[in-house]
Amino acid sequence: MAVPVTYYLILSAMLFAIGVTGVLIRRNAIVIFMCIELMLNAVNLLFVTMARYMGSGSGQVFVFFVMAVSAAEVAVGLAIIIALYRNRQTLDVGEVNLLKW
Amino acid sequence: MLTVVILIILFPLAGAAVNGLFGHRLREASGYIGAAAVGLSCVLSLRVLLWVAGGGELNENVYTWIAAGSFKAAVGFQVDALSTIMIVTVTAISFLIHIYSFGYMRNDPGFARFFAYLNLFVFSMLVLVLANNYLLMFVGWEGVGLCSYLLIGFWYERKSASDAGKKAFIVNRIGDFGFLLGIFLMVSYLGTVQYTEVFAKAPLLLSTGVATAIALLLFVGACGKSAQFPLYVWLPDAMEGPTPVSSLIHAATMVTAGVYMVARSNVLYTLSPAAGTVVAWVGIATALLAATIALVNTDIKRVLAYSTVSQLGYMFVGVGVGAYTAGIFHLFTHAFFKGLMFLAAGSVMHAMQDELDMRKMGGLLGKMRVTGVTFWVGALAIAGIPPLAGFWSKDEILVSAYRSGNVAIWALGVAGAVLTAFYMFRLIFMTFHGQPRDRHLYEHAHESPYNMTAPLVSLALGSALVGFVGVPPGHGWIDAFLSDTAGAAHHPASGGLSGGMLVGISILAGLLGIGFAYRMHRAGRLGAASSNALHGLLVRKWYVDEIYHAVVVRPIHRLSQALARVLDAMVVDGIVNGLGLLVKGSGWVVTRFQSGNAPTYALWMVIGVVAVLYYVSGN
Repeated sequence: MAVPVTYYLILSAMLFAIGVTGVLIRRNAIVIFMCIELMLNAVNLLFVTMARYMGSGSGQVFVFFVMAVSAAEVAVGLAIIIALYRNRQTLDVGEVNLLKW
Repeated sequence: MLTVVILIILFPLAGAAVNGLFGHRLREASGYIGAAAVGLSCVLSLRVLLWVAGGGELNENVYTWIAAGSFKAAVGFQVDALSTIMIVTVTAISFLIHIYSFGYMRNDPGFARFFAYLNLFVFSMLVLVLANNYLLMFVGWEGVGLCSYLLIGFWYERKSASDAGKKAFIVNRIGDFGFLLGIFLMVSYLGTVQYTEVFAKAPLLLSTGVATAIALLLFVGACGKSAQFPLYVWLPDAMEGPTPVSSLIHAATMVTAGVYMVARSNVLYTLSPAAGTVVAWVGIATALLAATIALVNTDIKRVLAYSTVSQLGYMFVGVGVGAYTAGIFHLFTHAFFKGLMFLAAGSVMHAMQDELDMRKMGGLLGKMRVTGVTFWVGALAIAGIPPLAGFWSKDEILVSAYRSGNVAIWALGVAGAVLTAFYMFRLIFMTFHGQPRDRHLYEHAHESPYNMTAPLVSLALGSALVGFVGVPPGHGWIDAFLSDTAGAAHHPASGGLSGGMLVGISILAGLLGIGFAYRMHRAGRLGAASSNALHGLLVRKWYVDEIYHAVVVRPIHRLSQALARVLDAMVVDGIVNGLGLLVKGSGWVVTRFQSGNAPTYALWMVIGVVAVLYYVSGN
């Protein structure tokens, strides 16, 4: 009753696509942040799938790395968002254009 | 001995460096340093002269300067009779003129700068004559050209002086271009620039045509540097410089570099009789042209300048007819008497508050004994009155011209000797004799200080005595000394006039010119205006400057203006402006991406990643 690998791949790709779409179309910084997490987890799923499929443990190890990095990223990212809100009283990324030339 | 030679060259360079770098602090001392540097070189040169006279010779490379494939050019020095005569002349005259400059330039704010340039000149001139190859000679050649430019324009705040400097530099550039082409031809046919190798290979490898081309191109360079027709026009204008400069550079030494070069290249000119003939005819044409202009000029220094051009013409006659020794001999004696006359003219200017117009002078002999008497010695020497120096050397040239079969050149040369004697004594009578024409200037006239008169006396002694190195004519000490390097010309006595008669005719020519000048002086007609057409033509200097202006300067001006309008404004500026616009436009396009909006950046990133993935998977 093993689920075919293809299913996992499709699920992972869909999650990733949803994440990308979310990053591109949403304007709320926190939602964009969540979408980034979604993309990371899509990749994690892919790693685990392939590790299992190839019979190798290294993919699973990578997942731990990704989780550690994303935890760190969350800490930094939320701090930026809070700082942003304190400065601008908004979380709409469309109104934040400090990176202009 | 190589060390001595290098020291001879390095002393003036060191003097130039010290005066140039620290001159503003040294003040008076810079003159002592300059004179001492040249004095030391002079002493060492005499040491070298003794050594060479005792049979010494040296040709050594110090280091390889350029090595490209099989072609090599070295910094190396050749000491033989020819270069020794030159270094002795250059350093001795330079030393006296340095001393003279003490008095002459005393109150000039550019005192130290003057001595720095003068020392640099001596250095360059020594490199020119001591080099053992054409390329190093060219370095010295350009060096003296640069110093000449700097010193003509020494009083650069005067526009005429800076213009004259530029004129000298540009006209010399034309000559140098020819010289360079000659060296290039030499390299391509012979593969070397070193004298000994060139002269060894030239007779074997060069056809007469190529030899003629090389010889003539080198002569173009000599024409520029030694002020020969048609490139002589810069020398009279060069009189804008300080008088010691006119004396040292534009009479005694630098302008003779061309003669030295032709004499040095005598092997090439021997290979090509045609080139020799051209040299001789250009020489005699220049001698006569310049002498005629000197007949009517009233500017004391310009008369001397035209006289220099004319005498250089005689030297080229000498080297052109194959009498290299005679040419160098005249160079040697001319350095003394013409250097003397320029310094004496400077002394007169000094006394006359920088007045140059002879029409305002007169009767100065009473007030300026030393200057007047020494000038007389110089004038008698140039007029060819025995036993003064100019007689022996000029006569040797004329006799050689006659003996080599160029009777026409000889006859013209004798005619030139009459003119020479006339204009020189016209100058003397107008300046030193008769009634003072400008009372005010005359009252203030005074003899110059000792440091100016001492060099005059030394040079006068030289002008009187150095001719004896060439006695008896054709078999004197100098003939024997130079016979190895300058190759004495041996022409069979081809009948015609005997040597004694030729000499007699030369002396007569000189006396005739002096007598004619004296008669006009007695009649009070010297310096008087004349409505004679020929006189007018001579006053306008044969319209040569005007012709050059119309034929060369104006068309070049027009062409440059046209080019400025079309090529510069449209093509060059178009390219530059176009490039600017291109960058600006592409910059504008790229800045559109820099919206500052993070989601847009993310979108472009995704598009980029997708494009890369597509590309990678496509392959």
